[in-house]
Order: sequence, then structure tokens, then C-alpha cells
Amino acid sequence: MVSFLRFLINGISLGSVYAIIALGYTMVYGIAKMLNFAHGDIIMVGAYIAFCAMSYLGLPPLVSVLCAMAVCTALGIVIEGLAYKPLRQATKLAVLITAIGVSYFLQNTALLIWSSNPKIFPSVFSVGSLKLFDGNLVITSETVLTIVANIVIMIALTLFTGRTKMGKAMRAVSEDKGAAELMGINVNRTISLTFAIGSALAAIAGVLLCSAYPTLQPTTGSMPGIKAFTAAVFGGIGSIPGAMIGGLLLGIIEILGKAYISTELGDAIVFAVLIIVLLFKPRPRSTTSSPTASPSSPLSPARR
Amino acid sequence: MINSGMMTRSLKGQMIPICVYIVMAVSLNLVVGISGELSLGHAGFMSIGAFSGIIASAWLHGALNVENETLRLVLSMIVGGVFAGVFGVLIGIPVLRLRGDYLAIVTLAFGEIIRNVMNCLYFSLEGSRLHVSFNNPNIPGTLLVNGPAGATGVDKIATFTAGFVLILFTLLVVLNLINSRSGRAIMATRDNRIAAEAMGINVTKYKMMAFVTAAVLAGMAGALYGLNFSTVAASKFKFDTSILVLVFVVLGGIGNIWGSIIAAALLTVLPELLRAFADYRMLVYAIVLILVMLATNNPMIRSLAGRLFRRGGVDTTAQGGGADQ
Repeated sequence: MVSFLRFLINGISLGSVYAIIALGYTMVYGIAKMLNFAHGDIIMVGAYIAFCAMSYLGLPPLVSVLCAMAVCTALGIVIEGLAYKPLRQATKLAVLITAIGVSYFLQNTALLIWSSNPKIFPSVFSVGSLKLFDGNLVITSETVLTIVANIVIMIALTLFTGRTKMGKAMRAVSEDKGAAELMGINVNRTISLTFAIGSALAAIAGVLLCSAYPTLQPTTGSMPGIKAFTAAVFGGIGSIPGAMIGGLLLGIIEILGKAYISTELGDAIVFAVLIIVLLFKPRPRSTTSSPTASPSSPLSPARR
Repeated sequence: MINSGMMTRSLKGQMIPICVYIVMAVSLNLVVGISGELSLGHAGFMSIGAFSGIIASAWLHGALNVENETLRLVLSMIVGGVFAGVFGVLIGIPVLRLRGDYLAIVTLAFGEIIRNVMNCLYFSLEGSRLHVSFNNPNIPGTLLVNGPAGATGVDKIATFTAGFVLILFTLLVVLNLINSRSGRAIMATRDNRIAAEAMGINVTKYKMMAFVTAAVLAGMAGALYGLNFSTVAASKFKFDTSILVLVFVVLGGIGNIWGSIIAAALLTVLPELLRAFADYRMLVYAIVLILVMLATNNPMIRSLAGRLFRRGGVDTTAQGGGADQ
């Protein structure tokens, strides 16, 4: 029973990281209608920046995280502007291949800068840990921090999209780009802002991920990135609470699957969940955006 | 050419992988370019083909005493193709109901699942009996496939002639398919799904036809690839391999079969010749991938290309050939 609780808490901790990554995915997908394959690699860049700031410059953890967020935000905006913006009217296939290209670009640039030798990520917040059941159940401060960060981010994002003018603009763009533009919303700037927020979240997720699993490599981000997309789909892509619930569930499924079914099949179980969800859930929104709408008229209703 | 000393040793070793990657690229182009669906799990079919081919080869040798290597190779490749085809059907049924991004991510997921499961499977041959076990290496007989370590002690029976014949076979199948009634139906579903459906085309059937044909060809290529090395691990067929083949397809021109052949051959040989720049290879691939996509979707460059190659209009439209245009 205690071991089950331990797995559950590990699952919630991992799931919280997935949830933060999934929030970035879900926002970008909801607004730009594109699968940002490079999102996972922005996580990796964020983790490396935080690592360098802490290990080489000796900055305190909080400042390092802010540094990482700043760099990733800039990176997200630059990627969007250079690679994705010219393809706004292009086919999904072209955008997806470009995103894969960006993902490989980031991975290989990181490989050249930081080499493939894994770096050991320093513990960000070690305030000690909570011991329960005579030390059988240890909850580390990182776990608590991850869960708290997740909740704070979700509440902040919900308030942002619900209450602020920019947030409302985002929701308008995600529902109908053309109509939003007619209402005087700057669609391009809104999409850039979405990428900026998503990338900043990715930086936080990178630091949290590497605090829990402290080996940092150029490929660190790709698998969690794909799994977080799974989580976003799980919770219904485009929805903020959905991303959180999906992330948590996926983390728990992964840890429990690894513990009770097979360690090697952990990833396979997660992907099987993705496939089952995609096949049996009501049709995702993207498939309803009618394929007859010619690329030159973005005025196709997003929801039907 | 091989024996006359015109080729360096390293190039000679590259001949079979070149054939394999050409077949992989052409078959993936059938899915991406002709049928317009992005598949990111093509290496998974290669993996199935490789392992089933290796097992078939060992079984034919051990159980049926087939000594003739050419016969064994051909039979193994057929087995590899059939197994990959069966998985192609199994995966295609759920996957092809999805569209666009979801289809891509699910093919990726299947590729990863195949790799994960192959990492846990153990096959052994005891006399003429084949044993399979899951996560348990203690099975009787000699181990053929050893979980994460992959297949070891494989008979290297692959030949360049077989590879060349496989390319010809692939071209025969793919070009005939494209130029047939079915091929036109596949392209119609790519260009406009709803219009194609209105014309009475069974979209799922034709998408399935392209997907399974590509899977079978990838399986045959995989069997050839597996029988070319003495050890093959499942980690060889990871996501990166799928992406590498996709790079060949994109650089050769999406929908352009001959382009895929040239791109696959050149890009398999070039890294060997440019060993000094090995670190930058994937980086350059990534940049080229992005630039090609930006250039082919830039209205100015497209109209310029359209004016330059007015006669080759089919090609330029195929280059931008999209999922749901």
C-alpha cells in the first residue's frame, strides 16, 4: 500500500511536469492550429540555460529559472517568426515537416554547444524532504514544488485567458481568426504572444523535469514533449484544465505501468493510451475544420 | 564496377544500405507524396521486416535445410514484407481514420511501440521449433533475437544484386500503382477529400492501399538491411531513422519518386565522404528541411519556378502537395 502511494506521488510529480508542457502545447495548438514539434526541445534548451546559469555563472536558482524563461521566450518568438509565420497559409504537412526540422535543429545545435555527454543537473530547491510512514514514504521538496508550480501556473493561465484583454484576444483568435481580425485584434501578435507564453512555460517545465530526473542531454526534451502532446490530446486539445488533468493522468499511468506491468514498456503504454484516446474520443476539433476551405481563406469556422 | 576497383572499400560497404534507403524513401514517398499523409513510423515497418526476415532466414536454414543463399534471401524478404504488410493493415485501420497532425503523431506512437516491444521479445530456434518469449531470455535453443541486444550472429546473406532487384521491384510496383486507376484515386483523395468522396471514391480503401503497399516495401527493405549485418538491434530503427527517410523524401521533392532515389543515394553516400563534417550533418539536414519547406511554400519562388518549368507543371504542384489542400 505504501509502495502504491509512493508510485502515485511520483506519478503526480511527473504528471505535473507533463501538465506544464502540455499547457504550452495546448495553447499553441489551440491558436496557431499547428503541432509544435519543437516544443519538447525548447524544454531542453531551457534546462541547459538554467544549468549553465547555476553551474558556470553561480547564479541563484530563481534567477537561473528567470534567465531560462527569458531565453526560451525569445527563442519561441524567433522560431515562430522565422519558421512558422511564413507558412501560415501552407498545408499542414509543410508546417509539420518544418516543425520537425526546427526540433532537429535545436537538438543538434545543443549537441554542438553542450556535447552529448549527459550533464548532472544540480538540485534546484533542496529544503529537505517530508518523511511519512516511518520513512517508507519520502516526498521530496522537488515533488512538492512541481505540484505547487503546476497549480499556480494553471490558475494564472485560466485567469489570464479569462480576464485580461490579451487573453480574450487569444480565445477569439483560436475560435475564428478571420472574425478576430475584423474586430481589430492583431492576429500575428497574438500568435507570437502565445508562443512566448508556451516557451516560458517550457523553460519552467525543463527545470522541474531535470530536478526530478537530473541527467540532461540534447535529447532530454523530445520524449517528454511527445508525451505531453499525448497528455494535451488526452485532456482535449485547446483546453487548459484538460491539459492539466491529461498530464496528471498520463504521469500516473506511466509510473504505475512501469511499476506494475513492465519497466521497458513504460513508453509503449503511454503511446497505447494516446492511440486509444484518439480513436475513441469524439472527433477532435482539427478534423472538423473543413478540408474544403481553401488555404487562402482562413475564415473557416473552427467549431461546428 | 564493384570488382574492378572503381569503388573504395567504404563505398562497397554502403551499396546495400543505399539500396535499402532508396526503397524506404520511395515507399515513404508513396504515403507522404502520393497519398498526402505524413507517416513518422516508417522505421517501425523496417524493424518488423528486419527481425522477421532474420528469423525466417535462420528458420529456413535450421529447420528446412535450405542451403541456397539466394533462395533464402528472397524468401526471407518476402516473409519480412508479408509481416510488415500485416502490421501495416493492423496499424492502418485505426490510423487512417485520423487526419493531419493526429495521423502523424499516431504513426510516431506506433513506431515507438514497435521498438519498445521488440526490445522485450526473445526468439530462439531449437531444432525446427521456434520459441518466443516476452521479457524472459531463458528459452531453449539458440537465441536468434535477444531483446534489447537485438539479433546476433546473423548470416550475412544480403547481396547488392538483391538490393538492385528490390529497387526495380519497388519502382515497378509504385510507378504502376501511381499510373493506375487506383493511383489516380489516391491522388484525388489527397487533393480534395470531399470531392473525391463525392465522386464515389472509397477514401479509406485507397489510403489503406498506399499505406500497406509502403509497409510491405519497407518490410522487404528491412529484411535486406537486417541480413546485411551480423548484429541488428531494435534501437537501430528509432524515430531518427524515420526522420532520416523523411528528409530523403522532402529533399527529393515530395511526390517525386525519382527525386527520392537520387536524394536517398546521395545522402547515404555523402556522410561517408564528408566524415570531417559528421557533427554538422544532422544540423545541416534540419536547416535544409526548414529552408525547402519555406521555399516551396513561398508564393514568389513558386510562381518563379512555375514560369521556369512550365512544362513540368505536375512536379511543382506535387512539391507543395499537401495533406488537405
